[in-house]
Amino acid sequence: MNSRATATIHGWLLLLPAMACLALFTHWPAVASFIESFYSTPRARRPARFIGLDNYQQMLADPIFWKAMSNNLWFAIGTIPASIALALLMAVWVNDKIVGRTWVRMAFFTPTILPMIAVANIWLFFFTPQYGLLEQIVGFFGGRSTNWLGSQDTALYAITIVAIWKEAGFFMIFYLAALQALPPSLGEAAAIEGASRWTYFRRIQFPLLMPTTLFVLINAVINAFRMVDHIFVMTRGGPDNATTLLLFYIYQVGFSFWDTAYAATLTCVLLALLALVAFVQYGILERRTHYR
Amino acid sequence: MDRREFLGGTAAIAGAAALPGSALAQSAEISFFYPVAVGGPITKLIDTYAADFEKANPSIKLKPIYAGTYQETIVKALTAHKSGTPPVTSVLLSTDMFTLIDEEAIVPFDDFIKTEDDKKWLAGFYPGFMENSQTGGKTWGIPFQRSTIVLYWNKELFKEAGLDPEKPPQTWAEHLEFAQKLTKRDASGNVTQWGTQIPSSGFPYWLFQALTTEADALLMNPAGDTTYYDKPGVVEALQYWIDLSQKHKVHPPGIVEWGTTPKDFFEKKVAMIWTTTGNLTNVRSNAKFPFGVAMLPSHKRRGSPTGGGNFYISKKATPAQQQAAFQFIKWITQPERAAQWSIDTGYVAVSKAAYETEAMKKYVVDFPPAAVARDQLEFAVAELSTHENQRVTKALNDGLQAALTGTKPAQKAMEDAQAEAERILKPYR
Amino acid sequence: MSAPTAQPATHSSRTDPYAPKGLSLTLESTGAILLAILWVLPLAYAVWAAFHPAEYTTRFELTAPLTLDNFTRAWAAAPFARYFLNTFILVTMILAFQIVLGTLAAYALARQDFWGRDVAFALILAQLMIMPDALIVENYRTLAKVNLIDTIPAIALPYIASAFGIFLLRQTFKTVPKELDDAARVEGASPLQVLMKVYVPLAKPTYIAYGLVSVSYHWNNFLWPLLVTNSVESRPLTVGLQVFSSSDQGIDWAVICAATLMTSAPLLVGFLLFQRQFVQSFMRAGIK
Repeated sequence: MNSRATATIHGWLLLLPAMACLALFTHWPAVASFIESFYSTPRARRPARFIGLDNYQQMLADPIFWKAMSNNLWFAIGTIPASIALALLMAVWVNDKIVGRTWVRMAFFTPTILPMIAVANIWLFFFTPQYGLLEQIVGFFGGRSTNWLGSQDTALYAITIVAIWKEAGFFMIFYLAALQALPPSLGEAAAIEGASRWTYFRRIQFPLLMPTTLFVLINAVINAFRMVDHIFVMTRGGPDNATTLLLFYIYQVGFSFWDTAYAATLTCVLLALLALVAFVQYGILERRTHYR
Repeated sequence: MDRREFLGGTAAIAGAAALPGSALAQSAEISFFYPVAVGGPITKLIDTYAADFEKANPSIKLKPIYAGTYQETIVKALTAHKSGTPPVTSVLLSTDMFTLIDEEAIVPFDDFIKTEDDKKWLAGFYPGFMENSQTGGKTWGIPFQRSTIVLYWNKELFKEAGLDPEKPPQTWAEHLEFAQKLTKRDASGNVTQWGTQIPSSGFPYWLFQALTTEADALLMNPAGDTTYYDKPGVVEALQYWIDLSQKHKVHPPGIVEWGTTPKDFFEKKVAMIWTTTGNLTNVRSNAKFPFGVAMLPSHKRRGSPTGGGNFYISKKATPAQQQAAFQFIKWITQPERAAQWSIDTGYVAVSKAAYETEAMKKYVVDFPPAAVARDQLEFAVAELSTHENQRVTKALNDGLQAALTGTKPAQKAMEDAQAEAERILKPYR
Repeated sequence: MSAPTAQPATHSSRTDPYAPKGLSLTLESTGAILLAILWVLPLAYAVWAAFHPAEYTTRFELTAPLTLDNFTRAWAAAPFARYFLNTFILVTMILAFQIVLGTLAAYALARQDFWGRDVAFALILAQLMIMPDALIVENYRTLAKVNLIDTIPAIALPYIASAFGIFLLRQTFKTVPKELDDAARVEGASPLQVLMKVYVPLAKPTYIAYGLVSVSYHWNNFLWPLLVTNSVESRPLTVGLQVFSSSDQGIDWAVICAATLMTSAPLLVGFLLFQRQFVQSFMRAGIK
């Protein structure tokens, strides 16, 4: 046996446990969802049968699906840039020798540690009309009372804010680690050139942080489609589906309506969306990113 | 043998194990899923019941499993049914009956009803509760933790508003009139205290059904395959609800959270609330002011839907397990236990006989609000329940929330909901 | 995707010319502290509500009496001790498997040149995007088929092969100088011995950083455990909390906050004690 063949056997043996798990719980279910989306949901007396694109047609005609898609889009637009920008700002701040740095850093990081399902109850109090915290603050300044979670105009914003709060501190850690790893000589050189703080950040720090930004961006995108825990507590998708996100809808269809074939169809859409995002990110951002 | 006498002591109950039919139940193990929808030490109570039952029936091992809320419990029971080992018996919403039948997950109770005593026991439940437990001439569920909607009012705030603190509103008109007097605004026009509030998050259909019943409208047919969401009475009921907040401004705008409603009441942010009788114990221990509990105001008639859970028996269990489960269900719904369960939790006791027990009589004297729910049962109707219940109900919920948040007028919202329900229910006719 | 690579941190005592001074330092500190207050508010509220009687959950009066009552009530209302144990077993199990599977796979991808490696790497990276949460319906079915529903392994299984972990370790292993590897081999070490003696010790910061991310993620994960657990014996803390806080009677913030603090205390204290090491391991691991 030549060494190349030995290496191949060794390589695959090492990969085997991880690949088996991935195949079983990632690749196969993705393929199975796709296959199932062409069948009807099996019921007690009616076994599943091939129905072609019926599920997809039902989906296109389903207003809740479209609502969930647009909600998710706005949720993504709301959370991704805001949480990344805040994370960067936080990292720059706690990287400097500001007053009470340790405590500030701790404060930024707390949301990462607290379970979303628990803090959602606390946020529910913040958003409660009349005596909720937000309301007490707004009322103190003489503002008008708002039913944040109970109105279609504000419920999605409320959900988005909670998500940003939850994510920013986690991303901050990545930026902080990256900032601390930048050689100080860069700053010295820039200072000699007479660059302003802003120029130094924009021209030197930020481009050097690009790999981190890409990494954080991927996480932020995934989270935009993954974070639904707080919806269970705060709105259950209401009012009138104003806060129904795609994954929450999949849960509803799959585990409370028991329409598993339709849930599989929705899953395929979610997977396609994620794949699309991946292509865009790897394709476009890859070229613009500064690597060492 | 007289039933009450028969149930007199534990020894007699132990005798029940030796009744005909129970021979089948030799050393059966039965798992039992139940939800907790109200606060309090419910899990401990159930554990105590289970221990007592096992003591009385040594051949049966009972394994109670607390499975979360009603929503979570049905999800779990059904997934377990599909994947092979469902619980032998579970307490699930009475409204899930059609879904469970469609999934062929449960067996009717009729096969277990053999003796005269069994028949008497079955006939003892309030008919209002049985409506959601029987269909097609068969009994599929046994009422256990059941509730209705009642009105709680703050007597202190009634007094402040110049109303008789002992007189709750009797009609829709009075309800509105009182609410107007009870709504307080500060100098800049912000409301500091609302007159009334009917929660609309999560499951608005249930509270809405109180309004539709009072407007003398039905939401569905008994076969559970047709809904009447767009009938004039239904739209009228919705309009009344919308007007409370949007026209008269005596009810908070938008969606009112179910979970915070009791707290709103304790904080005196609202003078009257509509919520479940299951909240009785909670309100009693947390309201720092005198409060009253009343039947809901009437319009064309009085009314409230029933709510809460029934016992079901799994089709996949062995005959011995099913028989043992039946024995347990019969045991736990006996008047004394039903009475104690009601006193401990605030749920409505499920049979007339339970209200005639000494413990219950004494409790009602000490705490008269406990009788309100019972008296209202006379006017209670079956909770909205159809095939594909979750989906058909969601159509109504979405419509209600759309109307309450002002994105659709009442008529249009109900028409849309009806169209969606039609689409889902068509295959079941 | 090209990865951020580990870079030796050049710490020095040189002063940073861009460090804020005087007014700008004051401004920056004020801004940071204000944002920090905003960020810590939910936790601060949880502490307030948990240590005061229920009447004070919505009123903030300095004279409010303190109490531990909410903690006793929360502890008595649900089997939190069992939930703690379940969560502990769960995160330990997941992390152990992730590390073992991840190390083996990463080593193959980083240092073995073999047929199909790039395809394998691409297949692994797919999981970065197709996260297990998106596949709840099918994964549920799979686990039901093998009768694992309502067990702790069922919660763990979809997560034990982690693309993120494999990816991070691969990047770290790639930075290990080839000479070290060769030297060990010359001394007669087998590939596995090389892995254990050379690579694993050098990747320690990566293991720590990844471990922290993994533990905090799975400690707080909710949707999947909610679906696959039915009983107290398998239910982790998050699901226990949700089950406990959602009742028909409405929300009792005092008790919920007490339970929240109780359940997140281990992570909070852990981070408080080790936050410096935490950031440093991130930095040295090149997760940035």
